[in-house]
Amino acid sequence: MLSMSSLMGTAALMVQSGDAKAAVEWAEHFQKNYRLMTAEEKAEARARLERRYSAEYGKQVSVDTTEAQPGVLMGYALNIRKCIGCRRCVKACVEENNQSRGNKPGERIEWIQVLRMERGEFSKDKMNHGYPEGLGIQVGGNAYTPAGAVLEGQYHYEPEAVPEKDATYMPIACMHCEKPPCVKVCPVRTTYRDPDGVVVIDYNWCIGCRMCMGACPYWARRINVANPVLPKEAMNPVTHYLGNRPRMRGVVEKCHWCLQRSRHSRYPACVEVCPVGARKFGNLLDPESEVSLILARKNVFRLKAELNTFPKFFYFYD
Amino acid sequence: MLTSFISDYTRYVLKGGTKFYAWMGSLAVLIVGMMYVFYLQNTEGLIVTGMTSQIHDGLYFANLVFLVGVAAGAVTIVFPAYVYHHEGMHKVTVLGEMLAISAVIMVTMFVFAHMGRPDRLWHMIPIIGIYNFPHSMLGWDVMVLTGYLILNAICGFYYLYVKYTGGKINKWFFMPLVYISIVWALSIHTVTAFLIATMPARPMWFHGMMPIRFIATAFAAGPALIIIAFLIVRKNTKMWIEDSAINLLSTIVTWCLGIAIFLTMSEVVVELYARTEHANGLYYLMFGLHGLTKLAPWFWSSVILMVASFVLFLIPAIRTNYKLLPILCTMAFAGIWIEKGMGLIVPGFIPTPIGEVTEYYPTLVEWLMTLGIWAFGFFILTILLKGAIGILQGEIKYGGQSAAAK
Repeated sequence: MLSMSSLMGTAALMVQSGDAKAAVEWAEHFQKNYRLMTAEEKAEARARLERRYSAEYGKQVSVDTTEAQPGVLMGYALNIRKCIGCRRCVKACVEENNQSRGNKPGERIEWIQVLRMERGEFSKDKMNHGYPEGLGIQVGGNAYTPAGAVLEGQYHYEPEAVPEKDATYMPIACMHCEKPPCVKVCPVRTTYRDPDGVVVIDYNWCIGCRMCMGACPYWARRINVANPVLPKEAMNPVTHYLGNRPRMRGVVEKCHWCLQRSRHSRYPACVEVCPVGARKFGNLLDPESEVSLILARKNVFRLKAELNTFPKFFYFYD
Repeated sequence: MLTSFISDYTRYVLKGGTKFYAWMGSLAVLIVGMMYVFYLQNTEGLIVTGMTSQIHDGLYFANLVFLVGVAAGAVTIVFPAYVYHHEGMHKVTVLGEMLAISAVIMVTMFVFAHMGRPDRLWHMIPIIGIYNFPHSMLGWDVMVLTGYLILNAICGFYYLYVKYTGGKINKWFFMPLVYISIVWALSIHTVTAFLIATMPARPMWFHGMMPIRFIATAFAAGPALIIIAFLIVRKNTKMWIEDSAINLLSTIVTWCLGIAIFLTMSEVVVELYARTEHANGLYYLMFGLHGLTKLAPWFWSSVILMVASFVLFLIPAIRTNYKLLPILCTMAFAGIWIEKGMGLIVPGFIPTPIGEVTEYYPTLVEWLMTLGIWAFGFFILTILLKGAIGILQGEIKYGGQSAAAK
């Protein structure tokens, strides 16, 4: 078998160029799927990326390759009673995770959506509204007034103040399913579930076929249709290989529960920033962790449970 | 012998009249346009298309799905020829196989156009890459399509080669491959249907009717194109395709079109009678949602084209009138192209799983790419058909008589 280094050597010879970036890109083209790399190759890939990103963004960039810790199964819980729809989580996520932030629609990527849902009502003046109208037996009543509906563009709401009186909020992002449909459909196994339960993507192996996006019932995945717009000064230099390192054009990305933080016992950025403490994060295997206690004591539900994807993202209310 | 086959074949194909060169030249212009937008797409990114994170499969995927059907449609020639020993069909089987080859090549090109990172396609090649087998439906699709291409290339060119050398066909080798290719043709469109029908996240596609609907439309669109090609061949070359073959094909188109319309109707009734939230995709396609109706004209034009051509196809006097037949076939073909393409793929994403209604329309880049790939397909098809006809007519033969070809 060809080893990584010999491939890289060949590559370097073939390009015959002193340009570090070109040589690195060439080597990246021929690297293996991350999971199949030996520890040595991972170290090589890491060093290569660190050199390249540091040069590109003009600051010391680290690319963490910490593996999943044994005895950890990450879980997330969100108190929908508390969420005020301020969307600070969205902003914090974009900044922490180096998402593209251009002005064109395809260049702006946000992993978290806070859905604004209108409160429905059964009102007295609509008592006699029914369906079918005019013909046949009247059904009568209010049944056709929506009691909570998501309409287009409702996660781009811009109110004066939050929470709004006539709205409730429902934040969603990647649910890190135990049976992730996105992993099943990937033709090249570029996305997979790590042992600590986080569904990750090897950005260097993704072919951009977008099957995973079609399979995801939570609309959690985004495609980089353009070269990501990431200003040098705004770039977060603390990165993880499977997490927030800068992505390239044509690949799919999504939330990874801030691996660069959570694998070092820190909270994801959205948890840390939430002003009302609606977001909780922890180890599901530890019965004393916050999420475990919530699962044991609160009223908990999963989104779209009928699809049997078994999300590790739980909604609860007091 | 093989080298002389290739050189004779090439020489014969290269020769042609003004009409031939004009046709190939105009196709070449479109192909150059495609190459330019492909370059653009791979430097700027997919942003030059109309696709977004909401609607991430558009015109390319639509054409891909449709063309798999066209490729599968070739079996409507092979099946009657070898299973029912239909005389007229038997003489032209190889032309159907050539059509299948060029359709699969077009599918492959649409795959390239569709991918975000075509430079990483090697990741899908077993051994040097990783293949998510047997879980990934896309993996299965690539497998069956490649298999179908190989089967048709072997069957078609083996037959032509034997004709060229004037030998006898080795039935022990040839017939099993033919029968396999017949069943295999069903598999390609079935798997393509599974590709989208296995996603509960997209309720519009999530039902078991999808494969049979795919097959029905494929066996209407494929033969419709073949009829047109046959009529052109009859008019422009020395090859005479028998009426019986064309009549059988138009009968197949008629009934498959009927079944396709019936299945569409069943789906509409089931989905819209209760009109659950899961019917929103179909409802958007038919009438629009929240005032956004860009796709509705596509749907209704497809319905009109399909129903009208079906009614006309039912009338024997019109069906056997070879002046009107190409018009009917074009109507059916266009109707199914819309139904299988923009009318099936795009509304699958509208509304998105979170209820967002976004509209999609292909950009100029996408149209140019699509046109270019179709042009490339016809380019290949012309070459394949021309060579095949030359051999079938005995104009290319082993041993010097090739000079007779004009």
